[in-house]
Amino acid sequence: MAGQSDPQLSLFSAEEVEFIAEDEMVEIVPNLRMDALNFVCGDFGPFFPQLATQVPLWLAVALKKRGKCTIRPPQWMTVEKLTQVLEAERDSQRVFEQLPFHYVEISRLLFDHARDDIPDVYMVRSLIEDIRDVRFHKVETNLESLNERAFALKINNLSAMEVNIVRPFVGRALQAFYKHDSPDLIPDQDRVSDRRPQVANNATRRHLRR
Amino acid sequence: MASEAGEGSTAGMDDYETLISTTDVELLKKAWRNEKAAPEILRFETSLIQRIRGQIQLMEENIEEFAGSGIDPLTVSLYQMDLDRTQYLFRSYLRIRLQKIEKYMFHISKNPEVQSRLSEQEKGFARRCADDMERHLEESVLSKLPDNYQDIVKQSIISEESDMIPEPQLDSFVVCKSRRFLGPFQLDGSDELLEMKPDELCIIHYKSIRERVQEGDIDLV
Repeated sequence: MAGQSDPQLSLFSAEEVEFIAEDEMVEIVPNLRMDALNFVCGDFGPFFPQLATQVPLWLAVALKKRGKCTIRPPQWMTVEKLTQVLEAERDSQRVFEQLPFHYVEISRLLFDHARDDIPDVYMVRSLIEDIRDVRFHKVETNLESLNERAFALKINNLSAMEVNIVRPFVGRALQAFYKHDSPDLIPDQDRVSDRRPQVANNATRRHLRR
Repeated sequence: MASEAGEGSTAGMDDYETLISTTDVELLKKAWRNEKAAPEILRFETSLIQRIRGQIQLMEENIEEFAGSGIDPLTVSLYQMDLDRTQYLFRSYLRIRLQKIEKYMFHISKNPEVQSRLSEQEKGFARRCADDMERHLEESVLSKLPDNYQDIVKQSIISEESDMIPEPQLDSFVVCKSRRFLGPFQLDGSDELLEMKPDELCIIHYKSIRERVQEGDIDLV
């Protein structure tokens, strides 16, 4: 049902993230002649055989399913580019490589529906899975080092699916830090026993990550 | 968001340009995402919803015509898909707002500022919800409690404020992205200043960015 994804698990269900991703533009090469399509969401076409054109991903997949076009995989989805990205991801502990925001969803949709249009599809697929694993592992290790009250957290180049998976945990963790680490809760500093480490200025510390 | 894949959004990107190149569906998608991610109910986009409703009706009529007039079924099914997608966004947007109204119905009925963010039909819905709930609670529980505890919004007569009303958690953390370079602004509850570059993901208190979300400078993800 529209709008009924369970907020306990995560704000957007996986299908909803895919829905958002399906509006990304991809290039297709149609094999038929069709007049322009005047959709609510925009105008596309007209379509001529063998003339490449840009359409949203959902339209590309629909046409592909009916055998009316081939899809050109996006620039970043080649073995060379992905190998570069994978090595860069492995080299750095904290930095995430620049990848399209919806790379997971786009690659999944293309693997499911346009396998024959992707050169070296098995290699590409395994590279993307490795990249996903490395990035997610990085996210986890970085989050483990959250140990103080942060007002804002900056993470660069995270992708939509990763954000969605991590969001409930990070939200609750930061919330808990905020609540329990609040300087209002710390009573009269002078009377605090020696066991407490030096945590005088919690409130003004800001956690920035690159 | 969809058509920004190729654009490098520069800090000086003309707002007018983005305005004329953004379709209604993209605006609806942005409103939908913001509404989903925000802990409180946001302002109702009256003119946007009206336009979309009109476009949906027009498209429905068109599709009926197409189906009758022998245009090839492929085209018809593609138009239908587009219509389905738009309808999904539309319905989901309205449903999320209704969910929030149901959750915070007493807070809304006591709070005229929040009420001003609802559409006319939503206001009626909120009122009826609150009335029904009040009547139900009174009949089933409150009338059977000792005299001092019978109020629906206060725990007991000696409470100073209405402390039985669930309120939206404005200090929950949300993930957000800015469209353009945002100069340093103060974070809620601290003296720190934060600045945001375009397309940088930030996890931040909702309270700190509340006004900016309403104005459209920051999008929730």
